[in-house]
Amino acid sequence: MRLLFGTLFALVVAATVGLGATYLALSRGAAFGPLKIGSWTAWPKTGTADADPYARASIARTGRLPTALGDGVAFTARADDHGRAFDGRCEVRLTGVTPAARFWTLTLYNRGGELVANSLNRYGFTSQEIVRRADGSFQITISPRANPGNWLPTGGVEKYILVLRLYDTAVGVSTKAGREVPMPSVTTGRCP
Amino acid sequence: MIRWLLLLLGGALLGGIVHLATIIILPRTATQDAYSRLAAKAPVDTMTPIAAPTPESALLPFMDPAFASAVCRYDLSQGSLKLSVPVGLAYTSISFYTHHDVAYYAINDRAAGRRVIELNLMTAEQHSKMPEDEEITAADRLIVESPTLTGLIAIRVLAPEPGLMPMAQGIIAASRCVRDDQPRASD
Repeated sequence: MRLLFGTLFALVVAATVGLGATYLALSRGAAFGPLKIGSWTAWPKTGTADADPYARASIARTGRLPTALGDGVAFTARADDHGRAFDGRCEVRLTGVTPAARFWTLTLYNRGGELVANSLNRYGFTSQEIVRRADGSFQITISPRANPGNWLPTGGVEKYILVLRLYDTAVGVSTKAGREVPMPSVTTGRCP
Repeated sequence: MIRWLLLLLGGALLGGIVHLATIIILPRTATQDAYSRLAAKAPVDTMTPIAAPTPESALLPFMDPAFASAVCRYDLSQGSLKLSVPVGLAYTSISFYTHHDVAYYAINDRAAGRRVIELNLMTAEQHSKMPEDEEITAADRLIVESPTLTGLIAIRVLAPEPGLMPMAQGIIAASRCVRDDQPRASD
């Protein structure tokens, strides 16, 4: 009887630990070799044939087609520079410049990777649509209410993800976070 | 007490194995991955334009709304594939994915450096069977080797501004993906 209980206990622990770790790894989108710059994270290796098993599992689970490395690199942010998760009711500012790339796009998704409905039907910006300052830097305001300048509406959604994709860029597997890859800073401003 | 601790440790170790096994098996059992979603919409060896994502409907999650895109779901078991994509003013990219959605190759308009990107997709076996002199004519055609028999090719054309979307869709509409079963001597 003790043996039976002991075995059952060990199996329950195994199932909890094993499946729990898998769930956590997939919901966080974990993979080896992340490139972290400020609040932005990219996994350049996920877009190559060398993608590790975690990256492959995450691709299969989300159902997306990853950005191939020869095409570009996708940086994702879920929180601002202070670690505060994006809230669609707040005003979030993206300020600065991006690494050298032929084009880039910034897109706002909900946690499931869907676009968020808004009155303007604007879901993001491309590098050509942005109004810049004289020194080439830009500021994008992400907020529920209209703002002058580059305004990206949140549609009032509670949580969202920002994806900054650099197309035809030198940023890749061998890139290290540093001065050559400046990513825009992300700060949360006014909150209701 | 020691006995339960040992069982806990054993369970945790077994849990590690369960974790690794599920991670490795998952891509093989996924029914909602990109390939399966597209398999329902895109016929084999045909260029199928994909509607731009909207909040109400998107074929795949995390699609870039600034792009016009199409996919060609390929099956190389009957022969190699010919792909041609005209190059417009904006950024154009062609990405190749295996059956399990792993990107193994990508090329963009600038890397291709010509007005029409033309390439042949074949397996390593089909490539090695190509006659020697074909290799010479193939020098001005790009040959991509697919690691798997089936997979996806995604063609994406950027519309830098919303007004340029019809232009991007025009390039997509002019792209072709056909099985290359014409006799080789003709070209």
